[in-house]
Amino acid sequence: MSLLSTLARLEAIRSGRAEPLATVRHRHLSDRPMVVVPLAAAGEAGAPLAVLLGTDRAAPRLHLVPQPLNRTQRFDFLARFAAELLPYLESFGAEVEQIEASEKDPETGEKTQVFRELCADAPQLIVPNPGSIRHLALLGRSTRFRRTAEDADPGPYPAPTRVPLLGRWLTHLTERSQVPGSSLLLPMTGLLARHWATGQSHLEDQHLAAQLAWHSPPPGLTGAEAAELAETERDAHGQLTHPPAGPATDPRFDELVLAGAITRHDAALVALQHLTTAGQPAAGLTTADRPAERQRAELLVKLASEQLHAALESVLLPTWRDVWHGLDLLRTLPPAAHLAERWESDRWSYTGHRDRLAAGEPPQPKQDDAVTAARKLAQREREQVRVDVQEALDDPLVMAERRLAGEAFTGVVTEVTPAYDTSGRSPKPRPLVTVRTEDRPHADPGREAHRANGLAAQKAVIVGADPAEGTITVQVTSGMGRKKEPEPGSLPEPGDRITFTLFELTPRQSAPLPDPDDTPWTHGGPPGSADHSPTAAEEWE
Amino acid sequence: MTTEPDPADPAAAADATVAEILTAVSRPSPGAPRGVVVDSPPGAGKSTLVVKAARELVGQGERLMIVAQTNSQVDDLVDRLAGKGPDLTVGRLHASDSRPAAEALRHSNVTASAKVADLLEHDVVISTAAKWQWVKAEAPWRHAIVDEAYQMRSDALLAVARLFERALFVGDPGQLDPFTVVGTDQWAGLSYDPSSSAVVTLLAHNPAIRPHRLPVSWRLPHSAAPLISAAFYPYTPFRSGTGPDERRLTATVRPDGSAVDAAIDEAAEHGWALLELPARHAVRTDPQAVAAVAATVDRLLRRGLTAHSEHGSQPLTPARIAVGTAHRDQAAAVRAALTALGVPVDPAAGPAVTVDTANRLQGREYDVTVVLHPLSGRPDATAFHLETGRLCVLASRHRHACIVVARAGIAELLDDHPSTEPVSLGVTVKFPDGWEANHAVLAHLAGHRVRL
Repeated sequence: MSLLSTLARLEAIRSGRAEPLATVRHRHLSDRPMVVVPLAAAGEAGAPLAVLLGTDRAAPRLHLVPQPLNRTQRFDFLARFAAELLPYLESFGAEVEQIEASEKDPETGEKTQVFRELCADAPQLIVPNPGSIRHLALLGRSTRFRRTAEDADPGPYPAPTRVPLLGRWLTHLTERSQVPGSSLLLPMTGLLARHWATGQSHLEDQHLAAQLAWHSPPPGLTGAEAAELAETERDAHGQLTHPPAGPATDPRFDELVLAGAITRHDAALVALQHLTTAGQPAAGLTTADRPAERQRAELLVKLASEQLHAALESVLLPTWRDVWHGLDLLRTLPPAAHLAERWESDRWSYTGHRDRLAAGEPPQPKQDDAVTAARKLAQREREQVRVDVQEALDDPLVMAERRLAGEAFTGVVTEVTPAYDTSGRSPKPRPLVTVRTEDRPHADPGREAHRANGLAAQKAVIVGADPAEGTITVQVTSGMGRKKEPEPGSLPEPGDRITFTLFELTPRQSAPLPDPDDTPWTHGGPPGSADHSPTAAEEWE
Repeated sequence: MTTEPDPADPAAAADATVAEILTAVSRPSPGAPRGVVVDSPPGAGKSTLVVKAARELVGQGERLMIVAQTNSQVDDLVDRLAGKGPDLTVGRLHASDSRPAAEALRHSNVTASAKVADLLEHDVVISTAAKWQWVKAEAPWRHAIVDEAYQMRSDALLAVARLFERALFVGDPGQLDPFTVVGTDQWAGLSYDPSSSAVVTLLAHNPAIRPHRLPVSWRLPHSAAPLISAAFYPYTPFRSGTGPDERRLTATVRPDGSAVDAAIDEAAEHGWALLELPARHAVRTDPQAVAAVAATVDRLLRRGLTAHSEHGSQPLTPARIAVGTAHRDQAAAVRAALTALGVPVDPAAGPAVTVDTANRLQGREYDVTVVLHPLSGRPDATAFHLETGRLCVLASRHRHACIVVARAGIAELLDDHPSTEPVSLGVTVKFPDGWEANHAVLAHLAGHRVRL
């Protein structure tokens, strides 16, 4: 945690309200995001219980598993989840733009012009918290390898047709969410915490309702009091008024509401099945009573199911409203300048996955091989550098953190002295720029500096610093055109307020890695095609 | 009563190990694994071994590539190799936007270039792992030496392993592990976790490789080797190459009665001193602790100290002193404080005191070190500050004495923050953990405490 964000937290404690950490919005927000609030069942890792989702805040759609341990019901639920989610995800695949690129012919080495499709927009899922992302990742892992009735060998328990596809999309989206700065799948608690500081710990910020309480505490309450109320307030039935945003539910809800509703639903279902399969009518009734008895049993199932729906909706709706409220708050911030550039990476990621599905490629493997893991790590490190730099360039508050850490300085130009490098054939401009600043950067002579938010990339070398005077002198070495004199406008002028960073403004390219088939002996050689993991018999019911 | 080892004994033991390693590298038996791993405690002659192995291989007519981790390590190695082997031709491969250090280029048998094609005819080509990754493998080398291999990340080895057939991996398992700033939980437990150390991956995939171990630390004095060995290498003990009275520090200027001078005298006599400030939570660049560090260095230089060792007697000059910190801003603060006292800290302007973080002090050696304890003045003990390797590096850079500057209360802080790192399946638990090692070092330092 930087000194500035610690200060913002202290200020939030004093003011009793969330304090801004950013002046612009640092993550892309879609015009048509899909909000997904998943719940997991207690007792079994990754067992889905329910999901509330939709793109219309007035019309959330609820799907649930009436008996979370029943595999058939679980896959029915996943099929309904897929039927809701997949059309949304696929709806962005049709509209594309053509991007021109040059590709090297592997045989002749000649460069040829090619066009690649890039989807014009991409889907965006918003979930309440990082725990929801982990839950979706588990769902993806447990469904993407399922066989369906359409497979050549469907196996004993074929899944509904679209469920493996759901698993592949969930896997792709949750993997992508690991890339710093990506926006295909975002947790609301993280989004809010990036832009505002509350006066509570990071752990407490994981509770969406508690974090939001700092933004709009009820009259007469401080943020801390409102947050505590959000975490602990219970109604007359002993139920939380702000249930946790999932994926886990409140144990008191499980015990007092959910368990009873599930049991009643199970019992009603058993009674109905008994009627359908058993030959003899119940005691005291004749076969003529059959249809009436059946109708009654069906009604009981329907009633039990409605009770379950109502119970789960009551714990999901507060979170649903909180997520949309969070989106409202974030939309009050103007978008940062580099958002479009980073969103384009997300669009490439989406397009790539769309193409892999269309090409009939197999699902993502259980585990990355050595080369893929190294490649992903390199990508994430590169993107971390990119997002750190871009946030600093887009937002003076973020740059202030870097300045405070001695990694950048901002000041007013006091003097620009022309100078030349005459060592080459023709003299090159190497002007000296002196900046008066109150910052205390680690400006050792010889260190490279980069001009922030200039028209073009411009590098300079620190030639001197006078801490007593508060001045730093740099020699500009690039970004002045090719002529003997610097291009007009390429240099700052006395009186200009400028920022130099001591960190590079573009991430370094990652070094090439071998093809997975050329994995060296130090890393176990090429990954074997055989799957060595023991295949356990599946426990279904 | 313990018997002191015969001074001739450690040398013989070390020579036998080195001879064994050289045989394994240059004349491997048929069917032997393609890699040789050498674990080296601090100052056990790792660099000397690299030079010997390089000369041995070149003597057999082999061309050799050497991979080190940082540019300063590469420059050090080039300097050593070219100096010890004037008959070798050494190529220094460097990035196009950086120049090698002057010490590396002063030898006539060293050629520097940013293109590997210019260096292919040389006996030995040396560069960083980061640069080697970009080299196209048209003429792979048969042999490679990977220096500081425990600092190298698995993904870097993955990118360079195509360049060689056999390799000697040398490193110190007790130093800092490689790190990354992004989450890598997803690969935890995989044998090729890209964020783990190159040696860990190599050994997981080549179980036939049995690491060799250098048994003697030539750097650490007799006062330090037992503590460092017990605290950081409990299962692979080593000993010092020198006996109890072979390393001495003597002063010509009498102490001025201050706590700083008392700490210097304690360290001169016993090899260790803990200069303790009153307990207090402080910002990272704790001004009082920084001032204490600077005052200690200043007095070290003013006391006219002479270091007596098996190499003879030499005055303690600024170049033989280092200050170690955990964070870069702490190093910057100490440098500023030393500059204000008139102590040279800029190596470009002549002999200077080295002030740097643990990461950058790895592999370096000084007569006296002054360490700002990573946990001094902190309200919490994070995994970063508890890392075993960080303390190990800071406490094992000295040939004569180490003075630790810290605020009181670190033991209580440790007890309030037991290790809570998650345990992943398939990941070997490091032992001792930083918590244990920190307590071991603190317990020893308590016997050499001087209160400020």
